[in-house]
Amino acid sequence: MIDWSIIAEALPAFAEGLKTTMMLLAISCGAGLVLSVPLAVARVSPHRAVWGPVWLFTYVMRGTPLLVQLFMVYHGLAQFEAVRESFAWPALRSPWFCAWLVFTLNTTAYTTEIFAGALRATPSGELEAARSLGMSEATIYRRILLPSALRRALPQYGNEVVMMMHATAIASTVTLVEITRVARDVYYNHFAPLESFGVVAVIYFVLTFGMAGLFKLVERRALRHLRPTASGVA
Amino acid sequence: MIRTLTGALALAILTALPVQAQTKLRVGVEGNYPPFSMISPDGKLSGFDIDIANAVCAQMKVECTLVQQEFDGIIPALNAKKFDMIVASLTITEERRKAVDFSDPYYDVPSRFVAKTGAFTEATPASLKGKKIIVLRNSPRAKYVQERFKESEILLVAKETEVYLELIAGRGDIAFGSSVVSGEALLKKPEGKGFAQVGPTVILDTTAGAGVGIALRKGEDDLRTKINAAIKEIRANGTYKSLADKYFDFDIAPKS
Repeated sequence: MIDWSIIAEALPAFAEGLKTTMMLLAISCGAGLVLSVPLAVARVSPHRAVWGPVWLFTYVMRGTPLLVQLFMVYHGLAQFEAVRESFAWPALRSPWFCAWLVFTLNTTAYTTEIFAGALRATPSGELEAARSLGMSEATIYRRILLPSALRRALPQYGNEVVMMMHATAIASTVTLVEITRVARDVYYNHFAPLESFGVVAVIYFVLTFGMAGLFKLVERRALRHLRPTASGVA
Repeated sequence: MIRTLTGALALAILTALPVQAQTKLRVGVEGNYPPFSMISPDGKLSGFDIDIANAVCAQMKVECTLVQQEFDGIIPALNAKKFDMIVASLTITEERRKAVDFSDPYYDVPSRFVAKTGAFTEATPASLKGKKIIVLRNSPRAKYVQERFKESEILLVAKETEVYLELIAGRGDIAFGSSVVSGEALLKKPEGKGFAQVGPTVILDTTAGAGVGIALRKGEDDLRTKINAAIKEIRANGTYKSLADKYFDFDIAPKS
């Protein structure tokens, strides 16, 4: 049933596509992680002027589909002469930059909310203890809040990375040749759905499995203190 | 023994049934290829391909449903029986002939290069060396430039209309597209100011004798005979000309 020769012939293309997929994921999630930690701290601030803008950003980014965001940046901005003549055009001209920008902003919005939720869920006893020891706000964040919140956020953050990996397929709509695009080309050129979409599904599945496993390992180390023990949950 | 016989009989009946009942057909169309195939803002399909599909169906006295499908999945979708024929400006090529059968051609127009006015005087492999050519992915035109313009960069896009969006945006230096669509989607529009055809029009494949045909699944010779008869009839009775005159001020009928 399965024509292995088609798969063998397409393997180099899938390998190239896989590089693009992984690169997109790495640069977006990398930048997203760096941005979302300070944004999460701002998000839980008691001052409206600080949390307001962050709330608006995550609200807008989470309220619109990724595909629409990408089209607005890639096709939308290019319609304006002023944009095409601006200093930003060399960057906005590139589909890589557009995809990176949009994916980063999108995952930053979700990750910020995940981290902010974890920050809010810090047991108040820990904070009281820290304050009674005379720690400053900055020290409390550095020693108490962030380490425990980021650890607690790990399972959700792992999900976000996996979702983002699946979302990289959207980059195929702006001429980037990642694995979904390769699958569509194979499908079109050989008219063989199993050898194209079947293969790409297996690749995504293996990637998801690998990533979930990796996060499990990290969680095991970082959340050791929360694991159930013989005497009940510690 | 009897069981095998009844089984075989049931199978024969099942496989025989769909062949005789062909009063309803589904037609695959595309929607991103003006003025042949367009989707208006309210979602309605229009264009020369759409009119031809309706005229051919009317001539064959069958009821047709149009199914819109993105270009680069359209042949697989035909073979997966999502529809029974494709009227989507498919150029008849030897490669496509391996996957589907074609009717006689129903129109034939050449391709052409389009770029910023004055950017190029000719479109040859030497003059386009190191330049970026924008062309529709998985199309005969893409194959043409990939084979002949080896020292140029090639930007492959998913829809014919995107070829011109990318040219306007400046993501490529020169576009290679249908001589008719490039007029409709770019040169005749306000955004097309400052763009012009480069060099003469290009005929992709002189050997295939080609033109654009209606595609159908391999081996459906009855349907193909009917379609060919219908095309011949609408060309003879003036329907074809009145439809073509809605869109074109020149003759697009195939020469044969």
